[in-house]
Amino acid sequence: MVASALPLLVFIQENHEEVHAGDGGTLAEFAWLIPVVPMVMAFAILFFGKFSPWKGWGMATAALGFVAVYGIVLTVVNLQDGIVTQSAIDVGQIGIFTIEWGVVVDGLSIMMFFLVGIVGFLVFVYANGYMRGDPRYTWFFASFTLFAGGMLVLVSAPNLIQLIVGWELVGVASYLLIGHYWEDLENVDAANKAFMTNKVADAALFLGAIVMAASAGTFNFAEIFERMIGGETDLATLGFWAGLLLFIGAMGKSAQFPFHVWLPDAMAGPTPVSALMHAATMVTAGVYLLARLFPFYQLPEFAGSLNTIIVIIGAITLFFMGLLAIVQDDIKRVLAYSTVSQLGYMVAAMGVGAYSAGLFHLFTHAFFKGLLFLGAGSVIHAVHSNYMKDMGGLRRYMPVTFWTFLIGTAALVGLFPFAGFWSKDEIIASAYFNATENAEAAAWFMVALSIAGAFITAFYMMRALSLTFFGTYRGTVEPHESKSIMTIPLILLAVGAAFTGLLNIPGLTSVFTGWVTTRAFPIMEHHFDAPDILLIAIVTPVVLLGLGAGWLLWGPQRELVHTTIGETDDISAPERQTTVERPTYSVPVLTPILVNKYYIDDLYMNALVRPTMGPIADATVWVDDHVIDAVPNLVALGSKQIAEAVVVIDTNAVDGVYHAAAGLTGATGRFLRLLLPGNVHQYVALSFAGVVAIVALFIIF
Amino acid sequence: MTIVQFILLGAAMFSVGLYGVLTRRNAVLILASVEVMLAAVNVNLVAFDVYLADQASTGQVFALFVIALAAAEAGIGIAIVLMIFRNRHSADVDELDLMRY
Repeated sequence: MVASALPLLVFIQENHEEVHAGDGGTLAEFAWLIPVVPMVMAFAILFFGKFSPWKGWGMATAALGFVAVYGIVLTVVNLQDGIVTQSAIDVGQIGIFTIEWGVVVDGLSIMMFFLVGIVGFLVFVYANGYMRGDPRYTWFFASFTLFAGGMLVLVSAPNLIQLIVGWELVGVASYLLIGHYWEDLENVDAANKAFMTNKVADAALFLGAIVMAASAGTFNFAEIFERMIGGETDLATLGFWAGLLLFIGAMGKSAQFPFHVWLPDAMAGPTPVSALMHAATMVTAGVYLLARLFPFYQLPEFAGSLNTIIVIIGAITLFFMGLLAIVQDDIKRVLAYSTVSQLGYMVAAMGVGAYSAGLFHLFTHAFFKGLLFLGAGSVIHAVHSNYMKDMGGLRRYMPVTFWTFLIGTAALVGLFPFAGFWSKDEIIASAYFNATENAEAAAWFMVALSIAGAFITAFYMMRALSLTFFGTYRGTVEPHESKSIMTIPLILLAVGAAFTGLLNIPGLTSVFTGWVTTRAFPIMEHHFDAPDILLIAIVTPVVLLGLGAGWLLWGPQRELVHTTIGETDDISAPERQTTVERPTYSVPVLTPILVNKYYIDDLYMNALVRPTMGPIADATVWVDDHVIDAVPNLVALGSKQIAEAVVVIDTNAVDGVYHAAAGLTGATGRFLRLLLPGNVHQYVALSFAGVVAIVALFIIF
Repeated sequence: MTIVQFILLGAAMFSVGLYGVLTRRNAVLILASVEVMLAAVNVNLVAFDVYLADQASTGQVFALFVIALAAAEAGIGIAIVLMIFRNRHSADVDELDLMRY
């Protein structure tokens, strides 16, 4: 963090040529296969999936397995030598802008390849068990592969155009997947909501890309950074607006306030979709965009002044959306609000210039949130309900799910030494550093809300954990542990959730920082030489306090047992019915606000959706029916009359000629057939007579 | 031996053949009569070839073609007659009037 603007630019100009990394050789040359293989496979499944072994699952998992292996190999090579390269082919030319399709292979994209590959592969394996018996099994895997493939197109993009293509592919695949159970109107509405909300933000993204291209003269990220170093004045003038519009696009995909409304509703899709959407694809796209353009947002001459807005949006999201998770009864919605909250941490981290900390949280979050969602899916699969009122005491029935969920929870709330502890701590430390060094009010705001957010996270996760796994079982279906095809991915993700945090321990290891800062453009950020003991001393007790409070309010000791004596004929042995309930709390003012999600959904419904669907839609329909349709109607009427005239000519004049010809031929035939009575001898005699006649004529003349 | 004798032989054979074609009702015999007519033509071809002393022997070559053609015609003709006989248990051409109007 450098306080004044000019020295930073000079510093970057001096250091620009000093980034040393290999080009990855053949390995990077064929990295274009990473997005192409899943995309091709998605269509292959669509056409041939039903005839393939495992009905498409095998093909989908093979594609993701390929990405995972390629990602791991690239990661290993990147950690040894570093890879920074990009290649592209021209696909078109619009004015001065060349439209390119290509692949950028550097630390950041390799990290995303790795994440999408590994987490995606495990989720796909799990989906084999979860989706079994689904009527649209093959279709599900086709769109699921498209989802992962779209994300890979997005993260491999060396320019804004390809990024937008991937962005929209992810959007359309998410629409298909959220609405997978389209028999219920509710799910269709959720899919529409996700798509529409994203489209509003996407409009800003498109405008941002246009402003960026118009001012920088290129869509290519590397060239944009080159122009930045060159001190392009147009870019500096419009940088703020380009940055703001692109950030609004990122807010939509990454579900930042006030675009967060779609993500909890997106839980309508099958659980593996939620897991992948929240872990590696879709919601990480916005954070990825901020990370890809990080140098642009870093420099005060360009979009640096936006950082205050980014931090405030992130901080608001991480705290207020976390609060909503407390009142949810649907276990997937608890996790969904938790994701929104954690995305707030990542976005805020980008705002305070904590590039590797934000990405580190994205990385660890993918593992533990993928794990938590798959665990929730396993529970839902067992009890046939999304609601925690039908759960409880599952610890005894589903030990593997319980222990892995516990590890996921520990990682999410940030308990030492699980993954979330290290990544969240790094974000808070960066915010604190920024707050003290640069005395930024926004950073202080974020520090306060981050620590409060840690408390909230611990509080609602303990509530979910207790209501689901502790106490007495309240459901009606006999629960059972899931099959091994579902538990093995859980165990593997639990390993990730437990240990990925060790990649970046301040002062000890900085593997992850090295990984994601291997880029063509130097990333300036503060490097921590040691863990910030003061912050750990504050945050860890706060987390423990949150866990304790959650246990105190919702622990099994709070169970309410109702015993009712049922009517029976045998008076000596009355039938006792016991029902168990968990307490519900209601705080005046606060609870209604939280239950109604701050009335934001209602506001959008009444201010935007209803008027659009009501008067505006009606007016549009009227204009369409009466004004726009009038033109084609008139044309159609004219055409019809011309056609009628043509028909008259056709039936009378043109057909007459043919009828006359046909009639003449028929009459001739009727006459000629009188000559042919069917006697072979007569025919022969006649033809011989004809020959004699011809010869006679020949001789005479 | 003059050319006239051969022409007369050819004409006689042709007439006999034609008479056979026109009077016989059995399809096999009609085919046999056609063969006689073709043989008459061959007699004429060879006779004129020798008479004109053609260096290329065009008439004799042509007679060979006619023989080959006659063989093919007889093959196909007898096959047709056989099929008709199988279907109708008769080879009488007077009864073959299905195509008549």
